[in-house]
Amino acid sequence: MELRPSEEQQQLIDAYATLYAKESSSGRVRAAEPLGFDPNLWSQLVGMGTVSMAVDEVHGGWGASMLDLALVAQEHGRALGSAPLIEMLVACRLLARVGGVAAGELLGSALAGDRLVAVALRPPRGGVARLVPAGAIATDLVVLHDRDLVAVPVGDDRVVPENVGSMPLADIPLSGSAMAAAVTLSRGEDASAAVDAALDDWLVLTANALAGIARRSVQIGVEYAKDREAFGQKIGGFQAVGHRLADCATSAAGAELLAREAAWAASEEPDRFAELAAMAFAFAAETARDASDAALHFHGGYGFMLEYDIQLYYRRARAWANVVMSPAAACQRVADRRYGPRGAP
Amino acid sequence: MMDFRLGEASDELRAEVRAFLEERVTRELEEQVYRSGVSHDPEFTRALVERGWMAPGWPVELGGRGLDPIEMLVIGEELRFADAPTYGIGTTIMVATVIRLAGTEAQKSEIIPKALAGEIVMVLGYSEPEAGSDVAAAATRAVRDGDEWVINGQKMFTTNAQIGDYVFLLTRTNPDVAKHKGLTMFLVPMDQPGVEVQAVYTLSGERTNITYYNDVRVSDAWRVGEVDEGWTTMTVALATEHAAGFAAAIERLLVEAEAWAAEAVDDDGASRLDDGAVRETLGRMAIDLEVSRLLQRRVAWMAEAGVPVTAEGPMSKLFSSEALKKRAQEIVEIVGPDALRSYFDPTAPSHGILEYMLRHSVGTTIYAGTSEIHRNMIAQRGLGLPRTR
Repeated sequence: MELRPSEEQQQLIDAYATLYAKESSSGRVRAAEPLGFDPNLWSQLVGMGTVSMAVDEVHGGWGASMLDLALVAQEHGRALGSAPLIEMLVACRLLARVGGVAAGELLGSALAGDRLVAVALRPPRGGVARLVPAGAIATDLVVLHDRDLVAVPVGDDRVVPENVGSMPLADIPLSGSAMAAAVTLSRGEDASAAVDAALDDWLVLTANALAGIARRSVQIGVEYAKDREAFGQKIGGFQAVGHRLADCATSAAGAELLAREAAWAASEEPDRFAELAAMAFAFAAETARDASDAALHFHGGYGFMLEYDIQLYYRRARAWANVVMSPAAACQRVADRRYGPRGAP
Repeated sequence: MMDFRLGEASDELRAEVRAFLEERVTRELEEQVYRSGVSHDPEFTRALVERGWMAPGWPVELGGRGLDPIEMLVIGEELRFADAPTYGIGTTIMVATVIRLAGTEAQKSEIIPKALAGEIVMVLGYSEPEAGSDVAAAATRAVRDGDEWVINGQKMFTTNAQIGDYVFLLTRTNPDVAKHKGLTMFLVPMDQPGVEVQAVYTLSGERTNITYYNDVRVSDAWRVGEVDEGWTTMTVALATEHAAGFAAAIERLLVEAEAWAAEAVDDDGASRLDDGAVRETLGRMAIDLEVSRLLQRRVAWMAEAGVPVTAEGPMSKLFSSEALKKRAQEIVEIVGPDALRSYFDPTAPSHGILEYMLRHSVGTTIYAGTSEIHRNMIAQRGLGLPRTR
């Protein structure tokens, strides 16, 4: 057992912590609202080769492990990065996995920074891919359509809804003109398996980002509780405050360990990866939700004011955790992985 | 390289311990422990001694096997998963550890060989009627009389006192100083006038005791550590305790719950394993098991890697005991009325283990420091918050 990141991984963490401290301050996060996209942060991330980490050398990347990606995602979550980091990592891995000429070309332009690819992880409804993460800024959408996995250019008919997490989401109609330009990447069972694998990737990376949100929320809550006085003492000295923060810190530590373990399992215990990814997501989502709530609540009325940063965490903890799948649905997914789908013999 | 596996040597040790326990923890032994409420069995203890697993973390030259914290964790996980009768062994070795580290040469040569041979049982006399979580408020008095001390007082939860040879007693020797500073520890032979044991039965079925001490005379030779330094002496053992937690109890709960779900059908004959609520409950239990395991194994890993442990130990105990209690309650509700059937009803689901866990889990959030005590430790040591009250 070794729970410390390697020296190289620590350097990776430090490098991204430095980048996010500079390019994703709370002022920058606010400035990027309501769309939730900071082009400068994104170009810095692309420039550092972050997207290229997603795929191996054969596909034009430099083949980082899922655990490396997870460590970056934790920093992304801690700083509430206004950039489609997880979405693009998931999309590039999906394109590399399905292979073929069309996917290869799209992957090449994505790695070069020429195109921004979003994946619809939920099946479209009524001919619309709804609330697609990064859909508001994507040039291309990868989506299951009539049991085929297709890539379509995203047109001007997309609708960008304001949302609680200031995420660059979009409802993207799969209109006739869009589908006329669609390129088929994969068909039938391969297609749905590819989206399912992309969902595992999204769950594990988002789990790590949410673990980052949880840790930072606890930190913000603790800092405030050490500083704020009421009834003649620091409020952190009241058990009603200290005990709840202790519970949050405990869950946050567990969320980080589990999120890292799940990412580690992608290469080291592949049989357990899908189960652990769903576990990590469900636990990190509920932990980030509870920790950001506790930290906000202990600010009293100030926590309710937009001026304080904790509300930024509170909103994203909820949005990132529910945009694709609820924690409860992830628990069902854990059961699916352990016992087979419902109705299995 | 980060690695979440415990390692091959640990896996082999686990298989060895599990095979031993499958053979030794028979249905008869389980039933005997269940009926008597006594988590100790001389024959099982002898078998453990033969395998060298009484104090496996001790150095070989002192009668142990020199196992590292990760290997100790593995043995601990397996003993708890099997619910083996080790409570008496646990307290005996804890006291023996204090004697080893803080006792006199005479105490060491008298006590340690017998303790490691499983020939004596030593029990803990810490809590009192008016001093539970606030254990340093102990009022049991020890007054010097020449080469002897005279002890008067009362202890709560002296588990296994009815079969105990010695009680490791926390006493007040100086009432005029701050409460942590006037305490002294004694190893008191129980077979003597003035020591009285009264049975107390608990929600889990475990038998514990109140013990009374009326003018009990104990030689100064049985004092462990310095006079008025009892707090230091008592906490010596705590520093050697790694990785307390209940992950393996959650694992047992999950295994039993999954076995139930695989067989059970609802009134319409449909498998309960196809019921979404059942699946979510089992999924949540599996998640809590994974988190509890990681928090507990992290403490063992830190001890092994020489990383200083601050709040990580309390986090492991707090999270796993609270999760065990919550999930045991949940599964009983999900199973439905049949889950109320107890151990002795042959039709009880999972041999009544779910019903037992419902009661057993309650104690885990109380003994060895309540959840509130652990939250205090996390808040102060881990988060640097002011002392809470």
